[in-house]
Amino acid sequence: MTPLTALLVRDMRIAMRVGGSALMGVLFFLVVVTLIPFAIGPDLALLKRIGPAILWLAALLASLLALDRLFAGDHDDGSLDLILMGRAPLELVVATKGLAHWLTTGLPLVICAPLIGLLLNLDLPEDGALMLTLFVGTPALTFIGLVGAAIAVTLRRGGLLLAVIVLPLTVPILIFGVAAANAAVTGPTAFGTPFTILCALTLASLVVGPFAAAAALRQEME
Amino acid sequence: MRLTGVDLACQRGERAVFAGINFAVESGQALTISGRNGAGKSSLLRMVIGLLPIAGGRLTLEGGDPELSIAEQAHYLGHQDALKGSLSVGENLGFWAGFFGLRSADPHSPLEMVGLAGLASLPAAYLSAGQRRRLSIARLIAVPRPIWLLDEPTSTLDAAAQDRLAELMDAHLAGGGLIVAASHGPIGLSAAQELRLGEAP
Amino acid sequence: MALIDLANPSRFLKFANGAIPWLAGVTVLVFAFALEQAMIAPDDYQQGATVKIMYLHVPSAWLGMLCWGLMSVAALGTLVWRHPLADVTAKAAAPIGAAFTLLCLVTGSLWGRPEWGTYWVWDARLTSELVLFLLYLAVIALWNTVEDPSRAARAVAVLTLVGAIDLPIIKFSVDWWNTLHQGASVFRVGGSTIYPTILLPLFIMAGAFTLLFITLVLAAMRNEILRRRVRTLQLMQASAAN
Repeated sequence: MTPLTALLVRDMRIAMRVGGSALMGVLFFLVVVTLIPFAIGPDLALLKRIGPAILWLAALLASLLALDRLFAGDHDDGSLDLILMGRAPLELVVATKGLAHWLTTGLPLVICAPLIGLLLNLDLPEDGALMLTLFVGTPALTFIGLVGAAIAVTLRRGGLLLAVIVLPLTVPILIFGVAAANAAVTGPTAFGTPFTILCALTLASLVVGPFAAAAALRQEME
Repeated sequence: MRLTGVDLACQRGERAVFAGINFAVESGQALTISGRNGAGKSSLLRMVIGLLPIAGGRLTLEGGDPELSIAEQAHYLGHQDALKGSLSVGENLGFWAGFFGLRSADPHSPLEMVGLAGLASLPAAYLSAGQRRRLSIARLIAVPRPIWLLDEPTSTLDAAAQDRLAELMDAHLAGGGLIVAASHGPIGLSAAQELRLGEAP
Repeated sequence: MALIDLANPSRFLKFANGAIPWLAGVTVLVFAFALEQAMIAPDDYQQGATVKIMYLHVPSAWLGMLCWGLMSVAALGTLVWRHPLADVTAKAAAPIGAAFTLLCLVTGSLWGRPEWGTYWVWDARLTSELVLFLLYLAVIALWNTVEDPSRAARAVAVLTLVGAIDLPIIKFSVDWWNTLHQGASVFRVGGSTIYPTILLPLFIMAGAFTLLFITLVLAAMRNEILRRRVRTLQLMQASAAN
């Protein structure tokens, strides 16, 4: 097993064991989406129109869940010291932890999104397009979140700070994710343009996120 | 292999923890660092593995792998055990072995050497403090690295486990390794140099 | 064997081991009979064969609610009498109740598509059923967050009882929403509005579902007791190993 696969397997195991965060994200996602119709009423036409935005906002909040413990957990029990002593580059280590977090929090959201979309009166082809935008967009949310998680690592109330740090940074993802999903659901604009920009943003954050997070971790640890 | 510190200084924030520290340890030798609380024993160890910046002086390793940093050739046994309670004993050890580059980890024999054989499938949360400590020590045996940096290695260990640790350290020294240990009292190393921190040089 | 004897987990295990095969067998037989009855029951003059979904939908809705009732009784047992078997019952029942509630939601959606033209509407019935499902998931999540089962049991017991109070409130408070779901038809003042030819298979099916529920809960309780024994043995092993 290479160092990075060992880390991936370990992080995913922790997320899925007792006390782990694997399915909490999906549950939170479901609860938030359910609350919206309680607040605005059961108008199906309205729900369909704002459905993509609701799902995207809920996914954004759900993917921040448990992100504050991503490095803080390892920092608290001394694992992070040892991880820094490994021979794997810290950037790749950070990216691997992000991948494990996405696989246990983001991917379940993507898989559940079509079912939850049915609750908001989205039909199957629209649901598929929405799922695609979330599949492309949620990794960006996680990898931008990595930066916040690394900055908040030594702080006691890191969770609140994390949300304040990360949410503004996710605005571009939200704009183009919802734009693409809306284009698929209500039209009349083309799906391709915002979706391509969303892909580009995700690719950029896959690169920038780990480097920034690794730099923040190095600073924090001194 | 020779680990040398020349005129080392440590700064934590505004406070100068220590300055002008010199030491040299060679393969097969051990160095114990003693001193009152706050004298900088742990800080010195963390400086060696690059977790704290070196405020002054030089730290060199001769005869090691020139491609690797000191930290990458060292094991660090800190105050914390770096274990996850929800993973089993074997999974915890297997992870660190894999992460430190061991391709095929056999957790059994290191666990046996620290007296945890038979507990491999138990969640680490069920272990006592001493057992957790021994599981951390098993990491040092599972992955061979020449430099051991031990911070209070005998704390929470009972007499039998301390004896076992002493045997493991002797074996490590006999195999050409070197040990730097921070400790308040004797940790069972038969022949060790001593570095006292916190006294006027 | 008196009921009180079952309070002892060892005796309960013995009873469960003996009872589960018989119960499973009876469940299969009753299900076979109920399915046959459901097949030969007449179609609805409006809905056609689609109405057969009812034979799955209605019993699973009943069982989903019954299960929360069982969990509430178990929660009282946990909080008032601190009874270990009450914890086990509550933990074993939660995923089963969640499964029945999900089955009710899924069959309802599949029924709604041809009848109402949509998989889902936010009406009173559906919404309170969805909230029940979310509460089940919350209970399961709580069980999975606390490692020590007796501590988890007390926290879950409080949540279950609060949920038991909350559910009727949710159900009635959303009643002002416009509703597509039909009103009460089986149990109502003035007798059922459903013909006996459809009603009788429905009751047989409900009986089959209840038997299935009891079998599953007993089996899950047996697993949970064994799981706790494994945990105790592991803790003993760790402290004995020194």
